[in-house]
Amino acid sequence: MAHLSSEVRTKAEAMVACYPRRRSALLPLCHLAQAQDGWLTPEAMEDIAELVGCTPAEVRGTATFYDMLHTEPVGKYVVTVCTNIACMLAGAYQVLEHAEGSLEIAVGQTTPDGVFTLEEAECLAGCDLAPCVQVNHRFFGPLDPEGFDWLTGELRSGRLADTVPPHGVLSRVERTVGLPGRAHAAAGGGAGSGAARRGAGAAPR
Amino acid sequence: MITQAPRIVTSRVELPDSFTLERYLATGGYEGLRKALSMTPTDVAVEVNKASLLGRGGAGFPAGRKWSMLRQAPTKYLVVNGDESEPATFKDHMLIERDPHQIIEGTVIAAYATGAEQAFIYCRGEFALGLERLQRACNEAYGHGALGADILGTGYALDIVIHPGAGAYICGEETALLESLEGKRGFPRIKPPYFPAAIGLYGEPTVVNNVETMSNLPWIITHGGDAFAALGEGSSAGTRVFALSGRVERPGWFEIEMSKTTFRDLIYDPSLGAGIAGGNALKAFIPGGVSAPWFGPDELDLGLNQDVVGQAGSMLGSGSVVVMDSDTCPVRAAWRIAQFFHRESCGQCTPCREGSGWIEKIMRRLEQGLGREEDLELVLDACDNISPGLAWPPKQTTICVLGPSIPSAIVSAAKMFRDEFLVHVKEGGCPFPPDPVRRA
Repeated sequence: MAHLSSEVRTKAEAMVACYPRRRSALLPLCHLAQAQDGWLTPEAMEDIAELVGCTPAEVRGTATFYDMLHTEPVGKYVVTVCTNIACMLAGAYQVLEHAEGSLEIAVGQTTPDGVFTLEEAECLAGCDLAPCVQVNHRFFGPLDPEGFDWLTGELRSGRLADTVPPHGVLSRVERTVGLPGRAHAAAGGGAGSGAARRGAGAAPR
Repeated sequence: MITQAPRIVTSRVELPDSFTLERYLATGGYEGLRKALSMTPTDVAVEVNKASLLGRGGAGFPAGRKWSMLRQAPTKYLVVNGDESEPATFKDHMLIERDPHQIIEGTVIAAYATGAEQAFIYCRGEFALGLERLQRACNEAYGHGALGADILGTGYALDIVIHPGAGAYICGEETALLESLEGKRGFPRIKPPYFPAAIGLYGEPTVVNNVETMSNLPWIITHGGDAFAALGEGSSAGTRVFALSGRVERPGWFEIEMSKTTFRDLIYDPSLGAGIAGGNALKAFIPGGVSAPWFGPDELDLGLNQDVVGQAGSMLGSGSVVVMDSDTCPVRAAWRIAQFFHRESCGQCTPCREGSGWIEKIMRRLEQGLGREEDLELVLDACDNISPGLAWPPKQTTICVLGPSIPSAIVSAAKMFRDEFLVHVKEGGCPFPPDPVRRA
């Protein structure tokens, strides 16, 4: 029951049309699917495969390379604590340890109520905010252990609903422009329906 | 020396509405593009060559020369690298969120100069707000006529696609980035060809330029390449946005004139880093991202110049400076960097995939006080297997430079702080306090 909705599918088709070759839309489409379900369901991966012209296994094989793409369910809020060098020097491991204690889960786990998934991240390029945390890829910092509890409290109460939208970094991105006739259909990149087994986007090497 | 050089790429980023078209136009936005389109593409490239604009991504390759290497073909692409992931680097993140129009203007100028028929801005996936602002700016630029068909009434046409990454350090490597943009795993491509200028996106000639590099172009075209080259010294011309982090009073980004400003200025000047946090002594600093060998207090007076730093045995890299103070454990710092590379190795090449794991494990047990004295030689031996001779610049055994970047931190820490490694072994634990939590 987690195929892409017709609304998401329309957005996905528009995304595919932006690229000279359909396969290029694979990562954006994964983000769209995560906006719908929070993670990449097998059904969504089938739909993405059909849309970009490859096999579902190729979608999974590509998605598993990338940290942001989840092939298992996640909580409503994915809380990511950076512990790389700049954040570590600002005490990030104490923040992470505190997070595990206060949420009563280890890194990689989701709270039983399904609200929080805790992750440890490599550098998020927010070092001026160190120690920094992302929630569904929105930045917070500097965040000490008390600040972390404030953050999770605000999230639970719904007071940060505007700042932290649901999953999917493209959920608030709307492309309203483009050059007609420049998309893959015109460039011969393999439009048309049906999953092309070889992948229409394979580059000559 | 803190000079009075103009702020070239950060002139408007502190204004609250810096990312809007309205503010951009009110502060000279798209004037560089207007001027560029009144010139020939060749003349635009000549101006950029005159500027001596070194690529701001990390490798520091002259931007103008990169363009001139493009293979002639009917279809060429321009890809802007906004996949900023080198630890402690956060300048592109700031430029993407706060001045997206400047990036778009620079991108159109570069596409015009190189004859690219389509441009892509590959934005790091974790920059959710950045992606929103880039796309919004793109939509606005179309509305203003600065993008799309018939740009500024000149007949020139270009589209830019804002492409989101999905979380992988290696995709900052330009050939891995192109694989990722083709919808695949981010595996760096085998060289040669060394440059995507020969075979790039979809096999076509492609220029890959960094976000900060693009952001400099509107100013260079407006004021002329000579005005840019007059700043800085030698090949390290213009200004650069340095990202300062670690144990300093004022971590943050600072746009300062290259060459004339020194590391001491950057770390200690009250208008910049304002000194070591808590008044501690400086122990060491990383001069250009975690792939760079470390410097000590003796190197503080080196200028922020690519050649000078290179001759001193390290690199300016991505322009990120990480400061360690007297309370910082060098073993822990080097271990954390090793862990980063281990996690981010794409796994194609054995020396990097296996070596990074071995190094991480040895460093971890040393830090935890479970190591032996021989571990110091063992970890250096593992480093030597990735980059024989442990020289600088590092020798390469792998497809890309991720692997040979791993030894930098380990070798630096082991050479500069051998005694502190041995204390870990002798005392059976780390003699340093936990890293203090920075408060807001």
